[in-house]
Amino acid sequence: MDTTILGLPLIYYAAMILKVLVVFVFVLLTVAYATYAERKIIGHMQVRLGPMRTGWHGLLQPIADGVKLFFKEEIVPAQASKFTFLIAPLIALIPAFISFAVIPFGDTVELFGYKIPLQIASVYDTQAGRVLDLNVGVLYILAMASLGVYGIVLAGWSSNNKYSLLGGLRSSAQMISYELAAGLAIVSVFMLSESLSLQKIVADQSNFFSWSGTWYAFKQPLAFILFFICSLAEINRTPFDLPEAESELVSGFCTEYSSMKYAMFFMAEYANMVTVCAVTVTLFLGGWHGPLHPVLNFIVKVYFLIFVCMWIRATYPRYRYDQLMRLGWKVFLPLTLLNIVVTGIVIAAFS
Amino acid sequence: MIKPLLQGLKITLTHLFKKPVTLQYPTERPQIEARFRGLHALKVAHSSAKCVACYLCPTVCPAKCITVEAGEDAQHNKYAEKYEIDMLRCIFCGYCVEACPVDALKMTGEFELANYKRSDFVFTKERLLEK
Ligand code: SF4
Ligand code: SF4
Repeated sequence: MDTTILGLPLIYYAAMILKVLVVFVFVLLTVAYATYAERKIIGHMQVRLGPMRTGWHGLLQPIADGVKLFFKEEIVPAQASKFTFLIAPLIALIPAFISFAVIPFGDTVELFGYKIPLQIASVYDTQAGRVLDLNVGVLYILAMASLGVYGIVLAGWSSNNKYSLLGGLRSSAQMISYELAAGLAIVSVFMLSESLSLQKIVADQSNFFSWSGTWYAFKQPLAFILFFICSLAEINRTPFDLPEAESELVSGFCTEYSSMKYAMFFMAEYANMVTVCAVTVTLFLGGWHGPLHPVLNFIVKVYFLIFVCMWIRATYPRYRYDQLMRLGWKVFLPLTLLNIVVTGIVIAAFS
Repeated sequence: MIKPLLQGLKITLTHLFKKPVTLQYPTERPQIEARFRGLHALKVAHSSAKCVACYLCPTVCPAKCITVEAGEDAQHNKYAEKYEIDMLRCIFCGYCVEACPVDALKMTGEFELANYKRSDFVFTKERLLEK
C-alpha cells in the first residue's frame, strides 16, 4: 500500500480504471437501451406498440440494430476528403463520452480503507478530509460540448454533399448560439454556489427540505428550464433537430455515412443526451442526493430526464430555422442575462 | 404560449397509457367483416359453376381484368369455358358481383394474395371455383 505513483497509492489507479470502465459500460448500455426506450415510449404515445419481434417485447432490438449496422457496407464517397470523413464520427463520439469524467454519480465509498469518491476525475484528500475534484468541472463540460460540434461540422464538410454541408453548417450555427444561452443560464447557479466544482454544487443541494440546501431547480427555476431547453438544442434533439431534418436535408450531416460510422453518430447523439441529462441532474436536481442509495438516486433522476427528452420528442414538431435563431438570440439570451442580473441583485441584497 | 405547450405534453402523456391499437399481424388475425371484398370465387351449383357466360361482368369491370369465353356443354347449355381474373389489375370494386344476373360470383375474405410470378396472379376458373 505504500508504493505510490506521482504521490498517489496504487489503489487510486485501480479504482480509477474500475470507475472508468463501469461508467463507460453504463453509458454505453444506457445509450443502447435509450434507443429502444425511445421507440417504445414514442410508439406508445402514438398508441402503437413499438418494437415487439426481436426478443421478449423487442428487448434485443438494440443488439439487432447494432449487428445490422456492423455488417453494412462501408461507403466513402468518391470526392470526399477521406481522412476527415473517417475521423469525424470519432470527434463527435468521444467528447460525448468523456464529459462524464467530471460528473459525480455517488457518495464516496470505502475500499480496503481507502476512500474513493464516485466521480472519475477526483481524489479523496486524506489530509484535508474532503474530495478534491476538477475545480472548473462545469467549464470542462461546456468545452467538451463545443468540441462535439467539430465532429458534425467536419462530417458535413468532408462528405462532398450539399445536404451534409447544410446540415453541418446549421448545426454549428445552432450549437454555438444555444451554447451561449446554456452557459449563461448556469452562471446564476455558480453565483449561488460560488464555485465551478461539481462536487461543491452537489454538496450545496444536499438537503431537499431546507431552503439553503434545496435543489437549484427551485432556487433558479428559470435557469433550470432555459438550460434544459438550450441543452436540447445544443445536442440537436427534437424539436431542434434541424441539422438532420429528414424532410429537407435527407439526413443532414450523416447523409453520406453508413455502417459503423453512422452508428457512431447515432451513439454520439444519444450519449450526448445522457450527458446533458446527467449535467442537468448535477447542477439543478441535487445530483446523487435523495432517498435511495446515492448511485440509484442519480440514475433514477437521469433516466427521468431522458424520459422527458423522449416525451418532448413525441410531442412537438420541429422548429423552423429562423424561429430557432430568433428563440435563441432574442428570447433565451436576454432571459438568461436578466436572470443573472436579478440573481446578482438578490445575492447582494441578502449578503 | 406556455399553456398550449403543456397541453400538448399532457395529451402525449395520457396517450402513453392507452391500449395500443397495433395488430400483431401474422400472429394476430384481423377480423374479416361479412361484406369484405377479397379474392373472388365462382359459386357452384349441381357440381358445376353457376356462371352462364353472359359477359356482363367483363363488360362492367372498370379495370377490364375479367376474360370470359363461352362454350356449349353436353346439354347444349352455355357455360364459361374460360374464366380468368387478373388480380394484378383488379381493384376489388365488386361491380362484377353486382352485375351478375345469376348470382354466380362472390367475393371472399381471402386477402393474402402475394405471389412470386406475374402469371400466378391470373386466377383461372379452376382456382376461382368455390371450395
Ligand atoms: S372486383 Fe371490380 S375490378 Fe375486380 S374483377 Fe370485379 S369488376 Fe373487375
Ligand atoms: S356476370 Fe355472372 S354469369 Fe355473367 S359471365 Fe360474369 S360470372 Fe358469369
